Amino acid sequence: MVFEWLHPVLIATALLLAAIGAVRRVNLWRAGQAESVDFVAGLIAMPGRYLHDLHDIVERDKYMSKTHAATGGGFVLSLAMIVLVHLLGLESQILAWALLVSLTLMFVGAVFVFKRRLNPPSRLSKGPWMRLPKSLLAFSGAFFILTLPMAGVLPEGFLSSSTGGWILTAVLTVFIAMGLSEMLLGMTWGGPMKHAFAGALHLAFHRRPERFGGGRSTGLKPVALDQRVLGVQKPEDFKWNQLLGFDACVQCGKCEAVCPAFAAGQPLNPKKLIQDMVVGMAGGSDADYAGSPYPGKEIGQANGGPLLTITEGLIDPQTLWSCTTCRACVEECPMMIEHVDAIVDMRRFLTMEKGSTPNKGAEVLDNLIATDNPNGHAPNSRTNWAADQNLPLLSDVKETDVIFWVSDGAFDMRSQRILRAFVKLLKAANVDFAVLGAEELDSGDVARRLGDDATFQSLAKRNIATLSQYKFKRIVTTDPHAYHCLRNEYADFAEGIADDLFDNIEVLHHTTFLNQLVQAGKLKLNPYKGGTVTYHDPCYLGRYNGEYEAPRELLRSLGIEIAEMERSGFRSRCCGGGGGAPITDIPGERRIADMRMEDVQTTGAELIAVGCQQCTAMLEGVVEPRPQVKDIAEILIESLVEPLAKELH
Amino acid sequence: MQPDSSTGLNGKGQDLKIVSLISIGQHPASGRARRAEQDGRAVELGMTLAASSSTQNLTVLHAGDSQQAALRSYAGMGLESVRVLQLRESADAVKTLSEYLHKHAPDIILTGVRAESGESSGMMPYLLGESLGWPVVSRIADIVSIKEGVAEILQALPRGQRRALTVRLPFIASVDNAAPEPRQSAFGPANRAFMEQQQCHSEPDTARNGWSIVSARKRPKRLKIVKAKTAADRFKAATAKPQGAGGKIMKNQPAAEQAQAIFDLLLEEGVLR
Ligand code: SF4
Ligand code: SF4
Repeated sequence: MVFEWLHPVLIATALLLAAIGAVRRVNLWRAGQAESVDFVAGLIAMPGRYLHDLHDIVERDKYMSKTHAATGGGFVLSLAMIVLVHLLGLESQILAWALLVSLTLMFVGAVFVFKRRLNPPSRLSKGPWMRLPKSLLAFSGAFFILTLPMAGVLPEGFLSSSTGGWILTAVLTVFIAMGLSEMLLGMTWGGPMKHAFAGALHLAFHRRPERFGGGRSTGLKPVALDQRVLGVQKPEDFKWNQLLGFDACVQCGKCEAVCPAFAAGQPLNPKKLIQDMVVGMAGGSDADYAGSPYPGKEIGQANGGPLLTITEGLIDPQTLWSCTTCRACVEECPMMIEHVDAIVDMRRFLTMEKGSTPNKGAEVLDNLIATDNPNGHAPNSRTNWAADQNLPLLSDVKETDVIFWVSDGAFDMRSQRILRAFVKLLKAANVDFAVLGAEELDSGDVARRLGDDATFQSLAKRNIATLSQYKFKRIVTTDPHAYHCLRNEYADFAEGIADDLFDNIEVLHHTTFLNQLVQAGKLKLNPYKGGTVTYHDPCYLGRYNGEYEAPRELLRSLGIEIAEMERSGFRSRCCGGGGGAPITDIPGERRIADMRMEDVQTTGAELIAVGCQQCTAMLEGVVEPRPQVKDIAEILIESLVEPLAKELH
Repeated sequence: MQPDSSTGLNGKGQDLKIVSLISIGQHPASGRARRAEQDGRAVELGMTLAASSSTQNLTVLHAGDSQQAALRSYAGMGLESVRVLQLRESADAVKTLSEYLHKHAPDIILTGVRAESGESSGMMPYLLGESLGWPVVSRIADIVSIKEGVAEILQALPRGQRRALTVRLPFIASVDNAAPEPRQSAFGPANRAFMEQQQCHSEPDTARNGWSIVSARKRPKRLKIVKAKTAADRFKAATAKPQGAGGKIMKNQPAAEQAQAIFDLLLEEGVLR
């Protein structure tokens, strides 16, 4: 009987072709650079990572998480049983029934996928993705009917006994072929289902395994400065597991929906960027891409290949320079893809090999090299702001409890108000602190985000060497960017200078530290007397360091009830000031800071509390009338109950 | 501006040979060694000229210490190598340079107007011109074209004015701040560039031996009292470079008369004795 062998052969062929595709796909990834990965541990951890980490993110969209669990779970179970029942011919009614149940599960899921696709939001890709729900339905439906005789629901031989049966079988075969090619071939030959294959392996071999299980890993990876090419020139220059990560993208557009640069009409769309990386890795053009373009750019013009320079034909450098490194995309991505790493890797090539950092970039980098600050001020004028503050210098006292890391706000008059406010609070709480004065250098944040890892590393090493001369317990800074560098990135460079420096100290943001002081009763505060207050989470404090609570608790301790913006906490929208974006200044249709101010205005707040001098500058750059902008330290001193002079000693 | 590339030739039917001279700069605020602003422009101009001729024939030359890290910031503009005439600190760079240049006979020598460190007298182009017997063009902003051994040059004048000059090759030109900014220096190429060291005969700078060097003192500035009525006048007064009073413009007089006037002035100022 022809059908007795037709379906098993179909299944076997599909599996075989899928296996060939898998080998080819794996070879694409293997073209990337070596990176050591614990394969066994990764594979063992993979199911857990899928069920917890990935699903926790998908869970933010309840509809989709249920749909995905049903469809995906149903498919995996069904496939395993299809192999047993239909390919190996295992005759068991129980198994057949189990298969029916899991196919039903998958079918129901697929119906919901279908519903979502009836009127898909703009962030979703169309094209082959519109076909997917139909293929899912075809696969689950056809195998369901094919399994009925084995479960004893239909008589054995039903499908070949009559003319009707023959026709039904022919139709079923078409559906099965359609379902199998989507689900199995598509998985390894580049269809939408590729995300399942690449995604599973990506979870297993992720470059930042620390992220799983609720961890955080946000520091950029150092560049080995003696390499043949610095940064990523062509797709093959990525680490192999970065390439694998690109392939895991499901084109859900969650990243696109939150990207501030995309919303501002700058030529960046993180989803398209990841798809372009796939185009580069596999070779070809972006003509098949069926999602939103880079704003202002047509689709179909980009071409790339594993050995071709990415920024010559595949991606416009302006796309890379539009990113504020706010990590909103990374935070939203259900596949845990690392967009920012990829963007900075490519910027490194542009800056360190091509010398083409746009606009003020070159000037800022030159200044950092020549004066250790971005604006080319005389290095010894770094302490001018504190001429009237009488701050203890570490070079005098040698030992202190807290180092106040002043950061480059020292050179900016607006930021100096924040610095003074913080010093006043430190003094009021009787904290034993000191500053590095002119010994402190720029943290290197901007240099690193602009792709100049050489300058970053030089600044980092010299700062570490300075720190290593003194005895202290913590570093506290008002600048989240310096905070991030000190806390998450400097440790990579301490080796040989001060090996365990960062194991023995704490790096804190000033809001965290002030909150500790307030909770310990060291600072007495009057209730806040003013209008509505909202709080803007700085990207480098929130998403980069997970500090969402301390600033809020501080505000609450003033009796403030925060009027939260819709995009707050881990979903906070960037102010537009990160990643050197104000320096590279890529034109868009709107300014990111203006959009953030609109977010603020919908809360009706009269005051925006911030914890970052850069956010302050960006938000204050929005034309009036607009709410006032104040750092939390500035808000606190207004309510500070000043200790009597004699209590200070 | 791209120079007219139809003739990257020096009139003798050979490819143009360009030398850009570089020195160690000094950042005004930090005092740290860096790529000098004008020398960077001399390299930039040299690179643009070389790129428009058929063979890239630019030599970037430094007389001094090849270990100086700041030299690499020139190389980071995309140079494969920097040629260094290895000198001791006490040596007289002019002598060594003019020997080298005499031997290699380039068509164009580009320098900065004055160095940012060392003596910073601004004499280098003139001393080289004297010893090679070549014309010196000061403060150029661009080289527009080179045709049949003649270069068309834009010289920078105060307040954004330009003067068009034609100069026969070979010549020495000092590059003004008005010339195009040097391109960004990239770490990778800077780090990999080859420092082509040449040992050479050097003589100590005897003139300098007798000098004692003290740090500069700020001289009090005479207050400028501006009696301007309109904003435009005030702006002019604030931005105008002081122009020497007196003097006269001679355009139509015979050359001998013009030369006599210059000669008289030099006598009067005590330049010639
Ligand atoms: S980091 Fe922010 S700006 Fe950059 S691509 Fe992601 S969302 Fe967009
Ligand atoms: S990169 Fe992540 S968030 Fe963006 S479309 Fe792909 S899977 Fe979705």
